[in-house]
Amino acid sequence: MIDKWLPNLAEALAGIRDGSTVMVGGFGAVGQPDFLVNGLAEQGARDLTIVANNAGWSRTTGIPRLMDLGRVRKIVCSFPKNSPAFDELFRAGKIELEIVPQGTLAERIRSAGAGIPAFYTRTGVGTLMAEGKEVRVFDGKEYLLEHALHADVALIEAWQADRWGNLTYRGSGRNFNPIMATAAKLTIAQVHEQAALGGIEPDQVITPGIFVNRLVLCQ
Amino acid sequence: MTTTAVPLDRARMAERLAHDIPEGWYVNLGVGLPTQVADFIPPDRDVVFHSENGILGMGPKPPPDAVDPWLVNAGKQAVTLKPGAALFHHADSFVMIRGGHVDLCVLGAFQVAQNGDLANWTVDSADKTPAVGGAMDLAVGVKRLWVLMEHTTKTGESKLVKRCTYPLTALGAVSRIYTNYAVLEVTPRGFEVLSMVDGLSLRDLQSMTDAPLTPAAGARPHA
Repeated sequence: MIDKWLPNLAEALAGIRDGSTVMVGGFGAVGQPDFLVNGLAEQGARDLTIVANNAGWSRTTGIPRLMDLGRVRKIVCSFPKNSPAFDELFRAGKIELEIVPQGTLAERIRSAGAGIPAFYTRTGVGTLMAEGKEVRVFDGKEYLLEHALHADVALIEAWQADRWGNLTYRGSGRNFNPIMATAAKLTIAQVHEQAALGGIEPDQVITPGIFVNRLVLCQ
Repeated sequence: MTTTAVPLDRARMAERLAHDIPEGWYVNLGVGLPTQVADFIPPDRDVVFHSENGILGMGPKPPPDAVDPWLVNAGKQAVTLKPGAALFHHADSFVMIRGGHVDLCVLGAFQVAQNGDLANWTVDSADKTPAVGGAMDLAVGVKRLWVLMEHTTKTGESKLVKRCTYPLTALGAVSRIYTNYAVLEVTPRGFEVLSMVDGLSLRDLQSMTDAPLTPAAGARPHA
């Protein structure tokens, strides 16, 4: 019997190692898996590379908490504003930042999930983002080569899940969560409602369970 | 400048731009002033607003007692959904943007150059955290990019320039600019003035503008 539910955070997060690349879903505070990220702070993994759209959206929970504890070596994101924890570390030269245009970030993640090693995009041509990147001309227009972005772990937030890991989302909480689920070796979802197997209509499933390894109910 | 012409306030700037958005367009509005454009689309004109975090058919902000914490716009403010709205993930959202499916994006800017180059993401001062968000994707991906901004900085420097001095967001991306004094088109010949506020002469406008201006054929004052 496939049952991806785990009884608690400690078991859901077991085995995440120092030096891991960890994707964290969410856009602003919506769809942020803070229950899992706070659990990761307890779990203790360090020297992490975080991939997320924002560098956290609060002072006390989620990514800023990991940062305050000194667990984050690098963040890959598009918009690291409104995060005092990040600001302080960045100004002090204690955290590495890779700025990625939001659409390029999404496509790099999607590509990793789809087995595509790299792709060309017009985004960033002629800007600081183009530094050190291969440029190729298609139909008279310049494009930049961007590489897929893989992770060891994806921490995501979903609304409902069944024990096979089929997921639904709520409102604008989908954002990066479905694509991050496809791009990591280990995908862990925090979930608000537990559905019976078959309790989610097949045509309502947004993330099929093949992309999900572990589930834990938010408390 | 000696003119007595009154510039548009920020709400009137948004209203002026909204006037030019036709029914049926899919439109992405940047954070800040561009967001206000939605308030001036008449309710009987179907314009579908896109939010980069995965919404088509975004409606106005809700009253304080009806906020859905699961629903925010690109500026992370609470919003509503209109009948016909759709929700989707970030890769699909940027397929819409980067694949040329969005009819119009309206962004603010620090500078626009006469060749359409846009600078709107950082002024590159050492003490500022760089943040780009979706601006670079929007600027190159949508069918047309209009900029909504004050004509000059608070200290009176022209934001319409020969060449951008701030770091670029995109090359040759802007097609039209709505300022508090004028509407200008970016053409192969540089900035052409489509309209100006009442009482302003082209000479007055030129005195506030770094880049050379020419009148567009059939130019008219603001309605």
